[in-house]
Amino acid sequence: MIENAQESESFVKTWLIDRIAYPAVGFAILIGLWAIGGWFLEANPATSSFVKFGLVPTLKAVPGLIETGYIAEHVIASGYRLLIGLFLAILIGVPIGIAIGLSKITEQVTNEPFQLLRMVSPLSWMPIVVFVFPKWDQAIIFLIAVAAIWPVIYATAAGLKKVDPAWFKVSKNLGASFHKMLAQVIFPAIAFDIFTGIRLALGIAWVVLVPAELLGVSSGLGYAIKDARETLAYDHLTAMVVVIGIIGFTLDTIVGVLVKKYSWQKDV
Amino acid sequence: MDRSGVQISVQDLTHSYSSRGPVTFDKVNLESKPGEVLAIIGRSGCGKSTLLHIMAGLLAPTAGSIRLNNVEVKEPSPKWVMMFQAPHLFPWMQVSQNVGIGLKFANFAEDKIRERVEKTIKLVDLEEYAESNVQDLSGGQQQRVALARSLVMEPEMLLLDEPFSALDAFTRASLQKDVRSIAKSMGINLVIVTHSIDEAVLMADRAVIMAGSPGKIKEEIMVELPEERTAQDPEVQKIRGHLMETFRQASTATH
Amino acid sequence: MAAEIGTAQRSSVAVDLIVMVLRRVLFSAVGLGILFALWWFGGWLLESNPATMSFADFGPFPTIDAVPYMVQSGTLLDASLASGYRLGIGLLLAIATGIPIGILMGRSNVFRKLSNTPFQFLRMVSPLSWEPIAVIAMPTWDQAIIFLISMAAVWPVAFATAAGLAKLDRAWFKVARNLGASWWDILKEIILPAIAFDVMTGIRLALGVAWIVIVPAEFLGITSGLGYTIQDSRENLMYADLAVTILAIGIIGFLMDGICQALIKRFSWHRN
Repeated sequence: MIENAQESESFVKTWLIDRIAYPAVGFAILIGLWAIGGWFLEANPATSSFVKFGLVPTLKAVPGLIETGYIAEHVIASGYRLLIGLFLAILIGVPIGIAIGLSKITEQVTNEPFQLLRMVSPLSWMPIVVFVFPKWDQAIIFLIAVAAIWPVIYATAAGLKKVDPAWFKVSKNLGASFHKMLAQVIFPAIAFDIFTGIRLALGIAWVVLVPAELLGVSSGLGYAIKDARETLAYDHLTAMVVVIGIIGFTLDTIVGVLVKKYSWQKDV
Repeated sequence: MDRSGVQISVQDLTHSYSSRGPVTFDKVNLESKPGEVLAIIGRSGCGKSTLLHIMAGLLAPTAGSIRLNNVEVKEPSPKWVMMFQAPHLFPWMQVSQNVGIGLKFANFAEDKIRERVEKTIKLVDLEEYAESNVQDLSGGQQQRVALARSLVMEPEMLLLDEPFSALDAFTRASLQKDVRSIAKSMGINLVIVTHSIDEAVLMADRAVIMAGSPGKIKEEIMVELPEERTAQDPEVQKIRGHLMETFRQASTATH
Repeated sequence: MAAEIGTAQRSSVAVDLIVMVLRRVLFSAVGLGILFALWWFGGWLLESNPATMSFADFGPFPTIDAVPYMVQSGTLLDASLASGYRLGIGLLLAIATGIPIGILMGRSNVFRKLSNTPFQFLRMVSPLSWEPIAVIAMPTWDQAIIFLISMAAVWPVAFATAAGLAKLDRAWFKVARNLGASWWDILKEIILPAIAFDVMTGIRLALGVAWIVIVPAEFLGITSGLGYTIQDSRENLMYADLAVTILAIGIIGFLMDGICQALIKRFSWHRN
């Protein structure tokens, strides 16, 4: 543990260097490569129409996009679909996962059907989903839920397998009510696995969201990319790609923090 | 398997981890006859393990040299093979595969490898575990595998870096006896680094004490005892007492 | 007397085994049966409602009827091969780039600290976002799709490889050098067997993402592949063909994932 002021100072310094300075330099290199790419696009007459993909044009376009609320509008549209879809996946997936974790029979009966359904590439359901749900928004939400539910189910089931039935004996012995057991024994025990499942689900949902928004809707990050491409506004396009990266990265980091917070196993 | 060992000659060996840092040991001189069992006794951190790594060619000295039969040791080689405190076996391999890995590196033929591995596994009493995965073995058995892995290379010198300190007393005693007798029958040099005086007395022909910072060889003592030694023998006790006293004096001396 | 007991014990063990296998098969059959029944129920709903009657071909029986045609005409095979080709090349590229990147991240602290966060950022750019750029940058649509797949699949491979390398015991290198191993020996006999499990896990994840990406990637611009077949069937109102394609996608994905799981088990040497 940290013994004195000197040690804590050097600890903060290494933390700052490792967690902030190094990645900053890494990003700088990435941005630098982008800038070089943009310069090549400009210098070569064959690619002159694609100059707006470069770093500088993109940066110039950003303030405008923010001011007109373009970015905010599409982020909110996508965010709404993503969150509702994920929420549904968790709402339905966790109970199913618990059932699979608790009952060997449920596991064996659902295994093959679920594996088959799981491995249907989610966007394949698009045509069916589109005529079942009257509104595009609902269709996209359903698609996200269908894709995201599987990691939630299997991570929850895995978490339950780690629960030692003896813990219930001990808790009851110590006078715990069902609510107390749920909150203070079951939840902390499986929270790590559930959050790991949510993180995987988020990743999958994030992959599905953009192509789902390429067809039929007029809002959302996927739509914004299509719109920018069709209007040859390549600077808007790359700006949206960066926005997608930032939001995805932020969401993943938040869930990652939750995963770490609830991690109690020694070797994980 | 009758081989003669090597004349080990450590000359003015000096080492420090960085040019401005503390000196691990300074101008160490040591000699060891072919086939001799030499113990280097010292407290933790006195540099004896570093000395051994340099003898194995795994570290470079800052100054000085180590010669075996007048050939300088500059890089690692299975001719001067080392056993560590943990066996460091490859967990995805069986016992026989672990034992034969060095022969595989040396591009031996399959049947030659099988033959030598079988012989060596028998030597360390692990015949029934030849096909077992090494993760299923006890600590002592794993060290035997590490020993077999070293011996199968028919080395001239075997370096031991406190290889038995993590084992229980019974396993340790049995391995100490077996390693010494195998080394003697093969005629190879043994250099053991240890912080245990008992271990030195039970295994060595000669013991040197390393102490101080930077480390230096303080004392050399002949361990003239019969092949069959147990901790209870009066002669063993006498030499042990002598070593303890010398060790205490050497450690408290100011330089 | 002793011999009789022995035989009875042995045959009871065999019976237990057979019962276990039968139970497993029975439950799987029940599960698939329930799935089929739900499908049939959905199809029946479509048929009985005049508003959705035209979509009745999505039901199981029209779908099954369409299977022989789809198989014999080679439609399924052609589509699977086209998609398989793009998927395969894309994955190979992802593995060929991802493993070295992962090894770099594992062996060099500096590289890892520099690249970890930027790579995590690039990983979270939803892969289909690169589509417009890929289409413009690559001369053919095929190559654009392959590029998209590689962009999606490289990250799980890289990060899993780095994780596998983190489990390497540094002492193994000491031992190997001591025993006279060349750097090629070390790579072949130590690094690769040690990380195979993690790399294979990464490849499984990469395959999963690639499988999600390929279908929408084939919705536009090309005239072959499973994604194209879905779009084509939909536009021609051939709903039974569409359902067959979806079934085929599920089965192919299921088989590929199964192969990955088997390989992962084979490479696993960890004991807990």
